Amino acid sequence: MAEIIQEEKQKGGKKKPKKGSAHIDMTPMVDLMCLLLTFFMLTTAFSKPKVMEIVLPEKIRKDEKVEPPKIAESRTLNIILGPEDKVYWYPGKADPASPPPLQETDFSATGIRQILLDRNRALFKKIDDFEKKVVSGEIEIRQDSLASAIKLLKTDDDTGPIVLIKAYKTSKYKNFVDIIDEMSIVGIARYTFTDISWIEEGMVNTSLGIAPPPAAAK
Amino acid sequence: MPKIKLPKKSPHIDMTPMVDLFTLLLTFFILTATTRPQEPAPVDTPFSVSEKVVMDANIMTVMLASDNRVFFNVDNGPDTILHFRPKILAEMGKRYNIEFTPEELRKFEKGNMAFGVPIQQMKAYLAAGSMKDKEALETKGIPIDSADNQLALWILFSRQINPAVQTLIKGDSNVDYPIVKEVLDILQDKNVNRFNLITNLEAVKVEQEITE
Repeated sequence: MAEIIQEEKQKGGKKKPKKGSAHIDMTPMVDLMCLLLTFFMLTTAFSKPKVMEIVLPEKIRKDEKVEPPKIAESRTLNIILGPEDKVYWYPGKADPASPPPLQETDFSATGIRQILLDRNRALFKKIDDFEKKVVSGEIEIRQDSLASAIKLLKTDDDTGPIVLIKAYKTSKYKNFVDIIDEMSIVGIARYTFTDISWIEEGMVNTSLGIAPPPAAAK
Repeated sequence: MPKIKLPKKSPHIDMTPMVDLFTLLLTFFILTATTRPQEPAPVDTPFSVSEKVVMDANIMTVMLASDNRVFFNVDNGPDTILHFRPKILAEMGKRYNIEFTPEELRKFEKGNMAFGVPIQQMKAYLAAGSMKDKEALETKGIPIDSADNQLALWILFSRQINPAVQTLIKGDSNVDYPIVKEVLDILQDKNVNRFNLITNLEAVKVEQEITE
C-alpha cells in the first residue's frame, strides 16, 4: 500500500493532503505476543508425570485368624534392597542355623535383571512359542487382543518365581521404585513386599562387614 | 536517457506473517497450557519405564520430600461444585475440635497445593499470605507417628467424602525406605491396596530393551 501511495505522488503533480499510512505499527503487539508466548512456553508442563501402579496384597490383620498363604520354597526368590543401591538376593528360605550365602548384584541391565530373566525363562519360552504359533497361523488371534493374551499368559504363569522383596533400613525410595520397575520389565507376575527378618538383616550386616552384636546373632 | 531510479524501499518490514505465526503459537500454548502446580518442597521423582499418565481428577497425593517430611494433597473432585476439600477440612477440624470459618474453608478450597502442617497449625497456615510464610510453618510435615497419626485421618476422611479417590505417592528418590514403608502401612491400614507411584519416564532403559 505504501508503495502505491508513493507512485501516486509521483504521477500526479498535485499536492494532495497526506493520507495516513495504512500500516499500523505492530511492534508493541509483537512485543507483547513474544512475551506471552515465552511465558506460556515456559510454564506449560509438556509431559504429564507418569505413574506406576502397584497393587499390594491385602494386609492380614492380627485379630483375623488367617494363615498367610504358603508358597513353594523352590520358586521363592528373595531380594533384599541394600544401602547404596546394592541388591542382595538368595533363593529359597533363610535357615537361622546356617544362613544361605547372599549374592550381591546391582540395578544394571546385567545385574538383577539378568538373574530375574534366567529365573523367568520358562515363561519367556512360553510367550515365545505362543508368538511363533501366531505368526505361523497355528493360533488365530486378532491383532489387538494379542497383547492382552500375552498378559494373560504372564498372570496365569505357575512356573515363574515368586519374588519376595525386602528392604534394608538404609535403602532409599529410589531402590523401591527401581525394583518394581525391574519386575514389570522382566514380567514377573508374582511379587510382594515383606518385612525384612532379623536373619536377613544379619546376613546383610555380615556382607556389609558390620559385625552383629553377639546377642542379636542368637 | 532517464536515470534508472531504484524504488525507495519502505523502512517498514512487513510483520504480518510473523504476527500470524505468533498468534497461532500463542493460541496453541494457551489452549494446551496446564500450569504446573506449585510445590511446597522440591521433589525429585525416581525413574521408571511406566507410561501410564497421571489421572486428572479424584486423586489424593502423599508427597514425601527428601528430608522425610510428609505432605498431603487432595483435589476437589471432577467438578468444583462438589467442594470436597472444604468438607474434608471440616471433618478434620471436627475431630480435633477446631472450628474453621467459612472464609478459611474457602481459602483451603482454592489453594490446591500440597500442605505439610499439623492440623493445629492449619489456621495459621491458611492465614499466611506468601509462599515463604507458608513454608516457614511446614518444618515438620504432617505427623505420621502412631501417637497422633494425622495422615491416616486425612486419608480416612478423603476416602469417606470422595469414595472414588485414588492414591498417588510422590516421593523423592532419596527418601529413606522406612518412611515409605510407614506411609504404605498407613494406607494399607485404611484398606488402600492400590497405589500409583509418580515417576519420570526413563528413556535410556527402553532403549536398552530394544537393543537386547
